[in-house]
Amino acid sequence: MFTYLVNRLIQSIGVLLVVALLSFVIFNYVGDPINNMVGQEATVEDREELRERLGLNDSVFVQFIRFIGNAMQGEFGISYQFQRSVSDLILERMPATLELVFISALFALVAGIGMGVYTGLRRDSWLSRFILTASLVGVSLPTFVIGILLIYIFSVTLDWLPSFGRGETTKVGSWDSGLLTLSGWTAIILPSITLGLFQLTIILRLVRAEMLEVLRTDFIKFARARGLSRRAVNFGHALKNTMVPVITIAGLQIGTLVAFSIITETVFQWPGMGLLFIQGVEFADVPIMGAYLLLAALVFVIINLIVDLMYAAVDPRLRVSAQRGKSTA
Amino acid sequence: MTDTRDKPLLDVRGMKVGLPTRRGHLPILNGVDLHVKAGEVLGVVGESGAGKSITGLAVIGLLEPPARIDGGDVWFDGRRIDSLSGDDLRKIRGAEIGVIFQDPLTSLNPLYTIGYQLVETIRTHLDMSAEDGEKRAVELLDEVGIPAAASRLRAYPHEFSGGMRQRVVIALALCANPRLIIADEPTTALDVSIQAQIIALLKRLCREHGTAVMLITHDMGVIAETADRVSVMYAGRVIEEGPVAEVVRNASHPYSRGLMGSIPVIGERIKRLPQIRGAMPRVGAVPKGCAFAPRCPLVRDLCRSERPAVMPGRATSAACWQYSPRWEEANPAEDVDA
Repeated sequence: MFTYLVNRLIQSIGVLLVVALLSFVIFNYVGDPINNMVGQEATVEDREELRERLGLNDSVFVQFIRFIGNAMQGEFGISYQFQRSVSDLILERMPATLELVFISALFALVAGIGMGVYTGLRRDSWLSRFILTASLVGVSLPTFVIGILLIYIFSVTLDWLPSFGRGETTKVGSWDSGLLTLSGWTAIILPSITLGLFQLTIILRLVRAEMLEVLRTDFIKFARARGLSRRAVNFGHALKNTMVPVITIAGLQIGTLVAFSIITETVFQWPGMGLLFIQGVEFADVPIMGAYLLLAALVFVIINLIVDLMYAAVDPRLRVSAQRGKSTA
Repeated sequence: MTDTRDKPLLDVRGMKVGLPTRRGHLPILNGVDLHVKAGEVLGVVGESGAGKSITGLAVIGLLEPPARIDGGDVWFDGRRIDSLSGDDLRKIRGAEIGVIFQDPLTSLNPLYTIGYQLVETIRTHLDMSAEDGEKRAVELLDEVGIPAAASRLRAYPHEFSGGMRQRVVIALALCANPRLIIADEPTTALDVSIQAQIIALLKRLCREHGTAVMLITHDMGVIAETADRVSVMYAGRVIEEGPVAEVVRNASHPYSRGLMGSIPVIGERIKRLPQIRGAMPRVGAVPKGCAFAPRCPLVRDLCRSERPAVMPGRATSAACWQYSPRWEEANPAEDVDA
């Protein structure tokens, strides 16, 4: 188990280094940063001096190492647009995005697995057919359309829920939480449904397909032949066996939630990292874009690491093969 | 059916199973009659597709939909069980009728330890605490010959070999001391040296516990060694039934004779094994009269028009017209084989 973990960690660091390189390239080679910083009147000497001070005359390799060193300390430079440290900006916005992602992921997982199991077990009921048809709509509608539709119905027409913002937030240490107030909760409902709907349908269809597959296996037939109760067979034996692929996909999907949140945050004017990124793009604010890229990669890598650990927790065969350093197909 | 000696433990009468398809109703079992007496081993033989496994599944109500029972009834210990509701039948499965399937590699849930699966089954059927259940699980594993049983409780199925897994499956089938075990090709997936061990184990355990066995197989060797009585199935029916020695040496039905004739004998040098010409009719294409008529060397016109019932033959009972008084009047059929 330990060597397995170390292996995965080394791989993760590799991935992060590659993304850091990309981020560094963007940071340094999309236009001349000096031009972005100084005014029209700056002399050539001024420019050279700034270039020297920022270390831009060093070799690319030295600059890259310095960039990694800074990134590891959470230092991504100054935002051109806000004239503030990028890491401060991101830290300020992070709680909003993470809370949104967390609530949508929870929504997608709970509702997706629940409906997937139901439609898998009751293949022919009219409710299953309805859920499956409705889920097609969920897959085919783009996120922003769903968001706008929800705003139109629940904010404009019915006036039940706010159409933008996070509502009232409370400071818990340095974490700015919207989950402690009623207005915060009403504000997060529409964005998290918008963000999670696509993931929900994917998980629903996956769980259903896996359930149908597992219910046909010999060990389910044997579990029935042993006289186990319907509940033990369906939930104890069948559902657990659907979990390995579901964890894989759900893990990847939660990663994409962070990415998708850019659109949702724009539609709902949600003050998170995605909105910050979009604003960064509009102003060609390279430090923000680079930092966001690296952060998104970090989130993906962490989620994948957790997914790998969960495999081992669910499937004992993976534990053994990892220990012996070989995989069983 | 005509058995009045003592009441059978399991009595299947006129079992019909069909499969509704888009092109109409396909009959799979066309009236299976068989019985198992308490403590005996009944061998059910026949070629692939004869309906052996379906019969076993139909008895315990585990047919895969859309296949369903169309007629006939199943009696277990004097009680009709084919009409029971799902939950009542479930309480008989595992508790009174244990089942062993063909492939031990896939019969166990890979995600749970064998201890978990044993204790789960034990506690479903017997009122026991978790500790007592575990104790019984160790006893069972001991009994089926798994070394260091107590320490193996925490092991997962993939940590066992095929033969060992089939021992675990047998332990699972024996959890609640059932009175009948339906063993569907229990050794087909194992290699030959392990097969003999598993059959010997099954035989010993059932003798010790007084458990009856319905042993479904196409392996005549296994039947000859293990069974007390044999039912031979052909195209969804039982066509011969009798004591094992008689069926093997002195079968009444031409099909059974052909089947026994195709068993190789060690030490006898022959160029080619005798075989029955033709193939078993496909499901849904079973001829009107005797299903074996198209392949039968003795066929008469009667065989092609009417289906024979099971009647006393030589030393066994067989569904063949040659043991009927009407046989003498029947004319030899013209050969329809081109």
